[in-house]
Amino acid sequence: MARSKTARNILLGIENLLLHKLRTFLTMLGVVFGVGSVVAMLSVGEGASQEALEQIRKIGSNNIIVTSIKAAEDASSSAMQANMSIYGLTYNDQIRIEETFNRIRQTVPVKMVRQECRLGERALELRVVGTLPAWFELLQRDVVAGRVLTDADIANLAGVVVLTEFGARKLLAAENTIGSTLRVGSSYFEIVGIVRSEGGLAGNIQMPDEQIDAYVPITVARERFGDIATTRSAGGYNREMVQLHQLIVEAASIDDVESVAKGIEAMLARFHKKEDYRISIPLALLRQAEATKRTFNIVLGSIAAISLLVGGIGIMNIMLASVTERTREIGVRRAIGAKRRQIISQFLIETIVLSTVGGLIGIGLGMFIPWLITYFAGMPTVVTLKSVLLSVGISVAVGMVFGLYPAVRAANVDPIVALRHE
Amino acid sequence: MHTAPGEHRNGAVIALNNVRKTYQMGSTLVHALAGVSISFYPGDFWAIMGPSGSGKSTMLNILGCLDRVTSGDYVLEGNDVSTMEDDALSDVRLRHLGFIFQSFNLIPQLTVRRNIELPLYYLGWEAERSAARAVELAGLVGLEGRLNHKPTELSGGQMQRVAIARALANDPQILLADEPTGNLDSATGDQILNILGQLNREGKTIVMVTHETHVAAHAKHCLHMRDGKIESIEEN
Ligand SMILES: Nc1ncnc2c1ncn2[C@@H]1O[C@H](COP(=O)(O)OP(=O)(O)OP(=O)(O)O)[C@@H](O)[C@H]1O
Ligand SMILES: [Mg+2]
Repeated sequence: MARSKTARNILLGIENLLLHKLRTFLTMLGVVFGVGSVVAMLSVGEGASQEALEQIRKIGSNNIIVTSIKAAEDASSSAMQANMSIYGLTYNDQIRIEETFNRIRQTVPVKMVRQECRLGERALELRVVGTLPAWFELLQRDVVAGRVLTDADIANLAGVVVLTEFGARKLLAAENTIGSTLRVGSSYFEIVGIVRSEGGLAGNIQMPDEQIDAYVPITVARERFGDIATTRSAGGYNREMVQLHQLIVEAASIDDVESVAKGIEAMLARFHKKEDYRISIPLALLRQAEATKRTFNIVLGSIAAISLLVGGIGIMNIMLASVTERTREIGVRRAIGAKRRQIISQFLIETIVLSTVGGLIGIGLGMFIPWLITYFAGMPTVVTLKSVLLSVGISVAVGMVFGLYPAVRAANVDPIVALRHE
Repeated sequence: MHTAPGEHRNGAVIALNNVRKTYQMGSTLVHALAGVSISFYPGDFWAIMGPSGSGKSTMLNILGCLDRVTSGDYVLEGNDVSTMEDDALSDVRLRHLGFIFQSFNLIPQLTVRRNIELPLYYLGWEAERSAARAVELAGLVGLEGRLNHKPTELSGGQMQRVAIARALANDPQILLADEPTGNLDSATGDQILNILGQLNREGKTIVMVTHETHVAAHAKHCLHMRDGKIESIEEN
């Protein structure tokens, strides 16, 4: 009974609004654009943070990535010995880190070498990474064919190689290549598997497997290729000695990531004269993405709030005009026996219907704009149920806030004066 | 059938006792009603006459619970309305009174049916029941064929008949009319007066303000006002 009465009142409100279709539509526009921008803005922010989350998941949110870098002043520093630059993480760094921190699950060393490789007729330079089976646990990638490295490979110094999708494409290798022999430098390896690889940046962190073509057991890499890499350049030879190119540290839990990273930073600072390493924390990216989202939401949120305010004032303006226009009607209703609050609810319902319908159209617009953004600018956008519900709430609230004053004005109309009103 | 000033009798539907209505206009006080005492009984048909500014409309507004007395008592069907709050007065209007105005005061965007249903809407009647009532009332005033028309599509006489149907919707004991024929030609006006006469015969108490003697002649009693006071009472 009460529900059907509300429904009837809403219908009456709609009927009244439909009497002035153009006016109603124009009045709605403010809310349409206000709500539209709220939904669109939230979807862009949400898209950005979900994208960040997705990338972080690919790197591993519990991981800390320590990468060897050639310190800037290295070119002329004392570390140059006989045309050789020595920098980066050492085998000892890994041992120290593993022994010092107990909130670590495991560490995975990465030793990268560039070698001339040959598969059948095809020969080219590949980036080969020596690592442990744990690599494949930390960076979860689908196995396209065959298998990944095993502990036995490490222990037995097995001459096996796992290609990345990327490397396989270069070599024109496919599933049927499993079991074939790949020549790496002067050694021969059996191709045992192909795994997927991820490229691109997650914020400013490069995917660890972005440029890797193949994996071999780290023990084999150390034995066969050593720590010194020679590259030919214009002036002659450049020799570099790097023991480990990267160390991926997996913290015991997500709560340990930041403290462990700090500890590693302090420890490395103590043992390295120069800062020839960089520590990246995917988790920090998440924080960054969230901070960006917050800023984004605040800035665009204020813009949306202003447009909603303008829309609300527009509604209030029209409703005040409508109250004046309908003074006589109000007088008649009051004379017949309508109570003040019934007049208030009549006008308030009209305003809320107006703003809510505007809001719903706005939500449609707000879902269309992100689609355009994604389609044309390639930016990820996600319209969440939360933002839609929020928008509906905002629309109703705009109607209530800006409709209240006109409604109270209507209710305070003196019926005697109103009945004489022209 | 009337009582002398100051006297009260049981059975009156409307009893005014020394009612005053004073307006402040700047520094001067305007006594729109300067002590009015009178009782109206069920089935009475009163005309209120008097020169412009004599307080007729003020009297009707007070009778209609649209305005409050400055002092004095007003008892309507046993309820002391002189002390009532706004909501309670609305309720009295809704349940006990029907209004007929000079300028009809139909709501232009609503159909005849919906105009007639208006009091029932505020009484909380269900849609079907009030629709049936609207049809019945439209038949009573001879407008059954116009239910879905807008007021602007009707003649003055038809509009006033819709207004009467609306005033009857809540089945009030008392009908209040402020110059109901003021905007109509005399033939149409007579039709309206005949309807009012018929309603009176069926038991409604009617109080009607008018300027015209031939209109007042339809009433059973005529109350002449001057300067906010009852000047004389005339029986037809
Ligand atoms: N709201 C008001 N404020 C001030 N004075 C008022 C108000 N309403 C009525 N009056 C005054 O009270 C007196 C009675 O007015 P009222 O409208 O009752 O006269 P009336 O008999 O209906 O006149 P008419 O025949 O012209 O309609 C007049 O002097 C009028 O100026
Ligand atoms: Mg008057």
